[in-house]
Amino acid sequence: MSQQEGFEPRILGFLCNWCSYAGADLAGVSRFQYPTNLRVIRVMCSGRVDPTLVLEAFMRGIDGVMVLGCHPGDCHYISGNYYTERRIITLQKFLEIIGVRQDRLFLDWVSAGEGERFANLVRDFTEKIMKIGPLSNDLPPYQLQARLLAARDALSQQRMRWLVNREKELWDEGNVFGEKVDQDEFNKVKFEALVREYEKNRILHSISDKAQSVKEIAKATDMTPREVLRNLIVMEQSGLVTVSGIDGVSPKYRRLGG
Amino acid sequence: MEEARVGVFVCRCGTNIGGFLDVPALVEYAKGLPNVVYSKENLYTCSEAGLTEIRQAIAEQKLNRVIVASCTPRTHEPLFRNTCKEAGLNPYLFEFVNIRDQCSWVHMQETKKATEKAKDLIRMGVARARLLEPQEEIEVEVAPSALVIGGGIAGMTCALSLADRGFEVTLVEREKKLGGLLKDLYKLYPTQGDAVELIGAKIREIEKNRNIEVLTSATVKEIKGFFGNYDVTVKQGEKDFPFRAGVVVIATGAEEFKPVGMYGYEGKNVVTQLELERMLKENKFNANNVVMIQCVGARNEGRNYCSRVCCMTALNNAMIILERNPKAQVFTLYRDMQTYGFYEDLYRKAREKGIIFVKYSPERPPAVDEGVVKVFDEFLGEELRLPYNLVVLSTPMVAHPDSKELAQMLKVPVDEYGFFLEAHVKLRPLDFATDGVYLCGSAHWPSTVSESIAQAYGAASRASIPMSRRHVVAEPIVSVVDQEKCIGCGLCEMICPFKAIRVEETPKGRIARTITASCKGCGVCGASCPQRAITMRHFKDEQMLAEVVVLAEGK
Repeated sequence: MSQQEGFEPRILGFLCNWCSYAGADLAGVSRFQYPTNLRVIRVMCSGRVDPTLVLEAFMRGIDGVMVLGCHPGDCHYISGNYYTERRIITLQKFLEIIGVRQDRLFLDWVSAGEGERFANLVRDFTEKIMKIGPLSNDLPPYQLQARLLAARDALSQQRMRWLVNREKELWDEGNVFGEKVDQDEFNKVKFEALVREYEKNRILHSISDKAQSVKEIAKATDMTPREVLRNLIVMEQSGLVTVSGIDGVSPKYRRLGG
Repeated sequence: MEEARVGVFVCRCGTNIGGFLDVPALVEYAKGLPNVVYSKENLYTCSEAGLTEIRQAIAEQKLNRVIVASCTPRTHEPLFRNTCKEAGLNPYLFEFVNIRDQCSWVHMQETKKATEKAKDLIRMGVARARLLEPQEEIEVEVAPSALVIGGGIAGMTCALSLADRGFEVTLVEREKKLGGLLKDLYKLYPTQGDAVELIGAKIREIEKNRNIEVLTSATVKEIKGFFGNYDVTVKQGEKDFPFRAGVVVIATGAEEFKPVGMYGYEGKNVVTQLELERMLKENKFNANNVVMIQCVGARNEGRNYCSRVCCMTALNNAMIILERNPKAQVFTLYRDMQTYGFYEDLYRKAREKGIIFVKYSPERPPAVDEGVVKVFDEFLGEELRLPYNLVVLSTPMVAHPDSKELAQMLKVPVDEYGFFLEAHVKLRPLDFATDGVYLCGSAHWPSTVSESIAQAYGAASRASIPMSRRHVVAEPIVSVVDQEKCIGCGLCEMICPFKAIRVEETPKGRIARTITASCKGCGVCGASCPQRAITMRHFKDEQMLAEVVVLAEGK
C-alpha cells in the first residue's frame, strides 16, 4: 500500500508512569526527535488499560494505539504488565477477526532508561500507520462503528472478562483442580466465546431501535441468515430477544430489556 | 459538585517551550475550551513568581481546577500540587500537561505541528480536569532504619552519616571485607593520602558505631513491601537475616572493565590502571618505559560513555611513577584529556614533569607489539614507535553485572549500561522516582572518591527526611468497590498483585473490598472487573474516556 497524500495519523499512547512515560521523558531530555502524531495518556500501570477503552478510541476514529509498559519482570506493580500483555494480544487478534488491522494496536516495553528506543518505536509505529492509512481504509465507517461497538460490548461481558483476565493464572498455576490449561485449547475456547458474544451484540445493536426480520438482521450485520437464526434461538431462550410481530411469513425480532 | 472553573497556566520554560511552540496561541486556545475561565503564560511557572500567580488566580478567579502545561509530572507535580494546597485547593484537582519533555523537546523543527499537538494535549488535560475529584491523602508510617547496600567508600560514608543522626543502619557488603574498590587503590589525588588508610579510618568508625550492623559476604536476597516499611532478607552464607527498613540506599559501586583480548592485555606487562596501582602498592613496579593508553573499551560502540575518572587516575599514577623512578619515560596516548575542574592542575604539572601526551584517533588506535607500541600521532601526522617495559590500559568503570537484579527487586531503573538511573539529573540527582530509595557513588555513574563521599552525605540527608518525619504521605490512588454493583465474583481478589482486595461476607451478600493500606493503585482490578464495579481513584474510567473523546473529536 502506498502512503496517502496529506494523511496525518492520529495516534494515542497509553504510557505507564514508572517505565515508558519516564522513557518518553528521557527521549525529551536527550532531544531525540520523533514524529508529532502521538498523544499520550499517562496511567500508573499499563495494567490499568481496559481493552474496551482502546476500542473506544478506535470507535472514535483514532488510527493507531500504542500501549507501552515496563519490561517483563520490571513492573512497578509486580505483575501488572503481564495482564496488559494477555489483554492486548487478545485484543489484537480480535481486531483482526472483526476486520480491523491488528497492526493498529501496538504493544511493547520501554524502560525509564530507553529514551532513544522510545523515540524509535514511536517513529516506526507512526510510519507504519502512515503506510496502512486511516482507519477508514480497513472498513467503511458504518460497518466500523457497528463492529467496534459490538466488540467493545463483547469485551465488557462477564464471561469474556474472566477468560481474558484469568488466562495468566490458568496457564501458570492451573485451575481449581490444579490442571494447567493448554494454551492453544484455551485460545480456541476464548476466541470462540468472543466471536459468539460479538455476534450476539451485533444482532442486539441491529434490533435495538426497531424489530427486524432475520433477513434484515443478516443484511445489517453481514452475517448469513443461518448464523443469525442460530444466534436468535439462543438469545430468545435466554430472554434477550422476542418475536414482536410477523411481516408476511418472516417473524420480526425485538430486543428485550436494556 | 460545583461547576468546574479551570485555570490553565502555560509555561514558556525560558526558551525550552517558548522557543519551539507558539505559547501565546496555546494560551488563547485554552481560553476557548469548556469551563476554562482563566489562561495565562508564565516565563517559568515553577518560579516563585509563577507559583504566586497560581495562588492568586485560585483566590481571585475562584479556580477549582488548575492545569499547568509545562514539563513532566514526574518531577514537578508535587510542587504544583503543593501550591494548590497552599491556596486552599485540594491537590488532586491539579492536572499536569506535558508539553516540554514529550512535545517541544522532541519536535524542535516542527513548531506548527508541535503547537497543534500541545493544543490537543491541553484539550485532553482540560477534559480530564473537569472530572477530577478531591482526594484525601493517606499517611504511612516510616520505620527509622535504613538498609545501605554496598560497603565501599560511598556506602560506608552514607551509613555513618545516617547512624550519627540516630537511625539504625544495616550495611550489606558482598565481599569479605568493607572498602570496595578503594581496597585496591594506592594514593589518592590531590592529597596523596593512602587509600587504605582512608577506608581503614572509616571501617574503625563503623565498627565503633552502635547503630550500624555490618553484614559482609552477604547479599540482599529479597525486598518486599514499600516505602517506609521494606521487609528485607539478607543472605549471609546459609543464613537468612530478615529485618525491616524504612528506606534503602544503593551504593553498590562499579567495577573496572577488564580489557580481555585488547592491546595484548595479559595482566603482567600489559596491565590496567587498577593493576598498576596494586603493583605500586606492593612495591612491584619496575619499569623505565611506560606507555598508557586512554579510553580502552570506552567511548566506543556498546560502551559509549566517558568513565570520567580514568584520565585523572592515569595522570596521578604517571606522577607517582616519576617520583619512584625519575628516569622513567611515560607516554600517555589519549583521545581527549578530561581533567575537569581543579584536576586541570594535575594535567599542567604532568606536562611540566615531562610526561608526553600523544593524541590518537579512534579510527587509528594504537597497536601493542612485541616491546613496542605503535601509534599514529594526530598532530605530527606520522606513526611513532614507543618502546615499553609496561603498558597501562585505562579502562572504564562498568556497572556490576548484578545491578539489574537489584534494580528489579527495588523497582528502580538502570540505564543502558546498567548504572542506576536517578529521578532527575538536576533536580533529584540522589533520589529515584520510586520514593524511599536513594543512591550514591559509582553505582550511579563513575565517580571520584570525593564525589562519592559528597553524594553519600547527600543521599544520607535525603534518606533521613522521611525517617525524621516518621511518616510519609502516600498517593490516594487506590481502588474503590461500588457496593451496589459488585456481585462478589472474586476476579479482582484472584488477580490483585498485592492481595489488596478481598471478597467478604456482608449482610448484602459477598462483596469485594479494597484494603486501602495495601493497595498500590496499579488499576489491574479496575481494568478487569466484569461488573465495572471497581473505580480507580484519580484514574477513573470516565476521566480517561473523556481524554480519548476530546482527542478524537479534534478541536
